[in-house]
Amino acid sequence: MNTYLKFGAIMTVIVGTLVWLAVGGVSDSKSYYKTVAELEKMNPATRSERLRVAGDVQPGSIVRRGREVEFVLTQEAKTLKVVYSGSEPLPDTFRDRAQAVADGRLGNDGVFRASRIQAKCASKYETKPGQNQGAPVYQEKRTS
Amino acid sequence: MENLGALAILLALCLSAYAVAASITGRMRQKPLLVLSGQRAVYAIWFLLTIASGILVYSLIAGDFRLAYVAKHSNRAMPLVYKFASWWGGMEGSLLLWAWLLSGYSAILVFTNRNKFRDMMPYVTAILMAVQAFFLVLIAFPENPFQVLAVGRGITEVPDGNGLNPLLQYWTMAAHPPMLYLGYVGFTVPFAFAMGSLITRQPGDAWIHTTRRWTLITWMFQGTGILLGAGWAYSVLGWGGYWGWDPVENASLLPWITATAFLHSVMMQEKKGMMKVWNMVLISATFFLCIFGTFLTRSGIVGSVHAFAQSPIGKYFIAFLAIGIAATVYLILDRLEYLKSESQLESVVSRESSFLFNNLILLASCFAVLWGTIFPVISEAVTGEKISVDAPFYNRVNVPIGLFLLFLTGVGPLIAWRRSSLDSLKRSFAIPSLLGLGVIAVLLAAGVRHFYGLVSLGLCMFVTSTIVIEFWKGSRAIARKTGQNLVAAMVELTHRNTRRYGGYVVHMGMVLLFLGFTGAAFNKDATHDVKIGDKFQIGRYDLKIRNLLDGDNDNYAWRRAIVDVFAGGSQLGTLEPEQRLYKVSNQPISVVSIRRRLNEDLYLNFAGTTNDGRNMAIIQSFVFPLVSWIWVGFYVTLFGTFICLVPPKVKMQYMRTETVGYVQKHAPVIE
Repeated sequence: MNTYLKFGAIMTVIVGTLVWLAVGGVSDSKSYYKTVAELEKMNPATRSERLRVAGDVQPGSIVRRGREVEFVLTQEAKTLKVVYSGSEPLPDTFRDRAQAVADGRLGNDGVFRASRIQAKCASKYETKPGQNQGAPVYQEKRTS
Repeated sequence: MENLGALAILLALCLSAYAVAASITGRMRQKPLLVLSGQRAVYAIWFLLTIASGILVYSLIAGDFRLAYVAKHSNRAMPLVYKFASWWGGMEGSLLLWAWLLSGYSAILVFTNRNKFRDMMPYVTAILMAVQAFFLVLIAFPENPFQVLAVGRGITEVPDGNGLNPLLQYWTMAAHPPMLYLGYVGFTVPFAFAMGSLITRQPGDAWIHTTRRWTLITWMFQGTGILLGAGWAYSVLGWGGYWGWDPVENASLLPWITATAFLHSVMMQEKKGMMKVWNMVLISATFFLCIFGTFLTRSGIVGSVHAFAQSPIGKYFIAFLAIGIAATVYLILDRLEYLKSESQLESVVSRESSFLFNNLILLASCFAVLWGTIFPVISEAVTGEKISVDAPFYNRVNVPIGLFLLFLTGVGPLIAWRRSSLDSLKRSFAIPSLLGLGVIAVLLAAGVRHFYGLVSLGLCMFVTSTIVIEFWKGSRAIARKTGQNLVAAMVELTHRNTRRYGGYVVHMGMVLLFLGFTGAAFNKDATHDVKIGDKFQIGRYDLKIRNLLDGDNDNYAWRRAIVDVFAGGSQLGTLEPEQRLYKVSNQPISVVSIRRRLNEDLYLNFAGTTNDGRNMAIIQSFVFPLVSWIWVGFYVTLFGTFICLVPPKVKMQYMRTETVGYVQKHAPVIE
């Protein structure tokens, strides 16, 4: 057999295997990204799929109880109760008013069961005007 | 002074445009003085950007909080080193760093090649300066680091700045961005040479020979940057991982993967005259992935834990990428006839084919990572739903790829060029295969059942023994001939062919990295709510909470657990995980406590306090087997790369024995 043919055959097998793995990986780990406000408008068929829901952590709503952490995500006056029971520690940036992404499934009771939480506070690497908490940059003394 | 900085950037921008124009017209109209003036412009740009950077750094250190950038990223209380590191703490400054590094690289390049490659260099200069101009446009207009806060609103005094995020105030994090940037920026140089070579229709491989060291050094910087980031995540972030397949991490990995493929496939071109088009494609892909990586981290197009601000510069990047890629594709297609292969693939079992497999598999990995990273963007464009993929996707694809690569690491260097007989395969691989299988048998007997874990450890043994045997055979031959002892003979051997034996050392480093990655298959973790006196177990360790302390200082309030660690009845030490709440930023930070050992790390994180009324401390404990080998493997890789950079004592001997015909044909090209 021609060397290039042989080589092509082996390549096809390898690439085919990888594509198969990739497709499996996608269907295993894909999740729909929604904001809290978009969640209600969602197609009921995909509501039961794995979701990643983004919103802001309602101040004062975080309750830590053993391995479970409860909190409320809000956005545009919509709220979503989230129960987190994953093994990974919550990120340091997870706190009141942080932007958080909860990864998990929506239960029939309307409570979101998250297995992973990502959070970024608006001021983590870059501050947006008006969103920095307590930092004095935008509280300049005016002398005019 | 900020005006001076902004002016320097504007002038540098004008000069870079001039350098592009002067180099190209000078070359086309055969006006050497015009070309020379273009080169002088390169030096001038470096000088101007050094001034601009100096002014920014001075403002950061002096605390000139009128500047928006300084107010955002520096404050009075920060240690000097982090004030300096604020240079690349934000968008504007890090783009300035990009531009400054590129100008420095360009100046060095133009200087060292001032009497070489006269026909090619004007184009190389022009390409470098075109990239330079792009970054200077960014910092001259949309992302100017010298923007003054709220001018015209009557503000005259700003008391203090925001400071660098406390999470980032850690030594590896200070060094991580410049290392990555040295990598990102450095790939511009081989790319420019490749394009210069294409434009001028160079017959030989001059661009590869002259950029080999650049590529290696750049590759090393990029790898160092990635690993520093991983080390930081492990020691600081408190989740115990070093890699999360986050889009921004992926962005730094992508060009590193294609560069690794490039470093291997250039050997095919040097020794066999094959894969010339492929090398052009690889170096271009590497360069554009570097730009793409900068774009990804800077534009906020994909969601990431690295929360960089949304910014309007995305469209600048897209325009640059589109034009650049189109031009490159056109050039390569137009010059295909100059890139014809000089030899044929003769057998599937040969060095050539192992290089091809290596390249294929690296590219597959790169593509999978790229695909996963931009999946949300693509799916939103196609279906209207933003669908993201996660670590399981990346691991599913990349773990088998990694293992196959590890296998090739052992096989590739020993297999003969052109074709390999069954006999020679047996000779080379009988002992390593037996040793690898032996390791798997022992682990199976010990009760290990993790499939990938077993394969990986077996392959680690296999590759290690091939490398050891190579060194041993070579050194023994030299020792017999010269009467030296084995160690001296090994040094001599390595010195004779630094590329080959340095390469083996790099491969050994990779094996150790894989050993460290494999440990993750056997991680353990547990979370406990504890009070003073509580005991719990993880792995072979018994942990006892001796005390819980609270405290307060100017900068932050803290809570700390004093945990005694016992194993087998004897005390091994004390770990003190801590949680801090920084007052200015109101940000909690965990300071993890790690007992690092080569066999396994014990890792404790003070995750918080229950607020359900019991007020208990939440302690997360992890055991990470073998994770230290990642850091050891990195240093070995670094060492191997340095060996590769040492000029070999016996020049060209290896290449002549391998491919007589090729070297003779190309003898004038190779210096």
